[in-house]
Amino acid sequence: MIPEIGHFALILALGVSLSLGLIATVGGQHNRADWMAFARPGAQALWFLTMLSFGCLTYAFFTNDFSVVYVAQHSNSKLPDMYRIAGVWGGHEGSLLLWQLMLSSWMLAVSLFSRQLPAVMVSRVLGVLGLVSVGFLLFMLITSNPFLRLSEIPEDGRDLNPLLQDPGLVFHPPLLYMGYVGMAIPFAFAIAALLNGRLDAAWARWSRPWATAAWIFLTLGIALGSWWAYYELGWGGWWFWDPVENASFLPWLVCTALIHSLAVTEKRGLFRNWTIILAITSFALSLLGTFLVRSGVLTSVHAFATDPTRGVFILLFLAVVVGGSLLLYALRASKVRAGGSFALVSRETFLLINNVLLATAAASVLLGTLYPLLVDALNLGKLSVGPPYFNAVFAPIMMVVMLFMVIGSYARWKNDSAAELVKKLRPVAIASVLLGCSLPLLAGKWHALVAMGLTLSFWIILASVVQIYRHLKDKGPGQVTPLSYWGMHIAHMGIAICVIGVTMVEGYEAERDVRMGMGDTVTVSGYTFKLTDMGERLGPNYKAVVATIELTQNGKMITTLHPEKRTYLSSTMPMTEAAIHSRLSGDVYVSLGEKLDDSTAPAWAMRVYHKPFVTWIWFGCLIMALGGTIATLDRRYRKKLPRTNTPPAQPTDHPPGVTRRVNV
Amino acid sequence: MKKTLIPLAIFGVLLVFLAIGLTRDPKEIPSPLIGKPAPVFTAPVLNGQGAVFRSKDMLGKVWLLNTWASWCVACRYEHPILVEFAKSKTIPMVGLDYKDQDAAGIQWLSRYGNPYDVTVTDKDGRIGIDFGVYGVPESFLIDQAGVIRYKQIGPFTEEVIKDTLIPLIRELQP
Repeated sequence: MIPEIGHFALILALGVSLSLGLIATVGGQHNRADWMAFARPGAQALWFLTMLSFGCLTYAFFTNDFSVVYVAQHSNSKLPDMYRIAGVWGGHEGSLLLWQLMLSSWMLAVSLFSRQLPAVMVSRVLGVLGLVSVGFLLFMLITSNPFLRLSEIPEDGRDLNPLLQDPGLVFHPPLLYMGYVGMAIPFAFAIAALLNGRLDAAWARWSRPWATAAWIFLTLGIALGSWWAYYELGWGGWWFWDPVENASFLPWLVCTALIHSLAVTEKRGLFRNWTIILAITSFALSLLGTFLVRSGVLTSVHAFATDPTRGVFILLFLAVVVGGSLLLYALRASKVRAGGSFALVSRETFLLINNVLLATAAASVLLGTLYPLLVDALNLGKLSVGPPYFNAVFAPIMMVVMLFMVIGSYARWKNDSAAELVKKLRPVAIASVLLGCSLPLLAGKWHALVAMGLTLSFWIILASVVQIYRHLKDKGPGQVTPLSYWGMHIAHMGIAICVIGVTMVEGYEAERDVRMGMGDTVTVSGYTFKLTDMGERLGPNYKAVVATIELTQNGKMITTLHPEKRTYLSSTMPMTEAAIHSRLSGDVYVSLGEKLDDSTAPAWAMRVYHKPFVTWIWFGCLIMALGGTIATLDRRYRKKLPRTNTPPAQPTDHPPGVTRRVNV
Repeated sequence: MKKTLIPLAIFGVLLVFLAIGLTRDPKEIPSPLIGKPAPVFTAPVLNGQGAVFRSKDMLGKVWLLNTWASWCVACRYEHPILVEFAKSKTIPMVGLDYKDQDAAGIQWLSRYGNPYDVTVTDKDGRIGIDFGVYGVPESFLIDQAGVIRYKQIGPFTEEVIKDTLIPLIRELQP
């Protein structure tokens, strides 16, 4: 009964989103207040129905209702509670439902936090989102219904993929999807603005906090996914340039460009067409990511279950949504008049440079991801593009981005003097080169790549610190620094911290594959590992072989590590649970391999790593997300819309001079 | 008007490629060696007291080269199937003990049975490299002219032997 309610709620949701898409958009087009009034309650009803449906599926998982195909395939009566909830999005159908839930949650948020927006805008934005939601609901109901029943009820379920039975995976998909789907909001704002025919500063200001919010979720989602791959897959890697990882990284790159482009559009009324294109592209890339993951056109470690008919549907959906938007852009954008002018040396220029670079980086990652597909389609053979391509293309672009990031944050809008900028930044540049090139010497081996990465990271951190210090010193009493100023600096420093982690780990990681018998020791980067015991352990739905390894450094005992090899009852594939000893200065990582039977004394294959500063990668992402959060909380975004017939009210805590001096 | 149509055009091209991509299967990766002459090698025979095997001596016969190792778990799964297949004496089978210790290899064959007419050792994995082996077990069916006709990646199953290997051998043997 409950699954049928869930199914029915989905059908109702389709009806609601269809009427929302039609009534709200048409109402906006004809300026009918009574039609537009449907937008907010429509979005809220859609959220309620989706939530109801999602709740029904969760209930089916919780009560082990194996009469539902999806539950039987992705759960098991022995599965712990936490993973039963995560099992809801452990497969294709459920992740689509999660996707739809996220979309309707964003719509709910727009309907609640849009009091300052004019009714036409709200109506159009929610209308566009309603149409997007129609596509997803149809996709689910036609090709991927999670509520289908089995005629013969199996005694037990097939269990959740053991790879997904991990706390990291409980949160990774919801965060990532929240980010993915969040790209729909700036997209809807862009389409609404195109429909309006008015691409003004107001549109950019309304759109900015939403773009940043989606970016925050995407950042966290990607970071969590990378962290999960690091400790769960047991390969010690944190980024593989896998098509599915790229699918999440592409919208991130474009959204980063979009956030900055929106800032220019808001402050200076420039780059409007470019901003629109970025908004459409970031959503298009989210949809493309779905297509790549769900259709099986590319091989990937993530492609758990794929189905070509689903691919056809997503491709059609992609064609309609993106093709339609770009057609609208082609019709409307040419009517947009150019904005004001700016000098060669100005913040606009530097932001434009970085925007173009980020877009280029995204394009090269996209090319690398799709290249096997393109080559195959042209009958030139089958091949795969590996990390060497991505590293060679991506790293240099990002280095230049990091260089200009600082200059952009120092330069003034409209016009600045190059001599002045050089004067301000010279001490920072000298200090960061000195620090960046000398610190690797402490590690014993000088590494050009590490020196480069550290120099750029110090360049960003020192520049931000100096700028904040100067700003606080010059600030008059009673002046309040806008939150977005802090947000920007924190996010930039987050990038720097992340890059420190990346370069240190790439430059100085040490890895050894060894064969260890009882009592054997191995030394890596000054750490000594000694195998002291092998035991067995029974988990709720698996049994595990557990090694006990004593970790010592300079004869001093640090800790005992327990890497495991798990065999889940539902699958024959053994899973590696690496043991990690984490410190700020680096991780020590042990993963247990096969038992080696080739000799009389028992021995095991063991892989040990030392990964200096690796946690900084994810720590940096957290800081970036924190910066984004602070920026979104800026009160400027919550300001009431000034009435057209009354003079715009000056906020009391922002005297006119402040925003000009504090460049945000 | 013209300039703003560019993104739409790019997207259109991308869509065409994605649509073609849907009709292909990325997992079918053909071996570049199929249809090419098998690498010629000379290697010591396992437990052969200095005897040497020359792949040239197999010219004129259809034979199977099966790579295995005592440390390979999947080989243990495949082994009984090969032992059973060997009983039918369909074709000569040559084992390549890949990156293994001789003693361990000999012990393994005596414990689990020996389906091979001859087993050669490839301690440093050089022959494996010539054949493009990246994981054991992998097997190669080689015809009278010394050309590789089929490559099995991963363990043989009874179905593969019955439905693919045996029909292919029938085709090749007059």
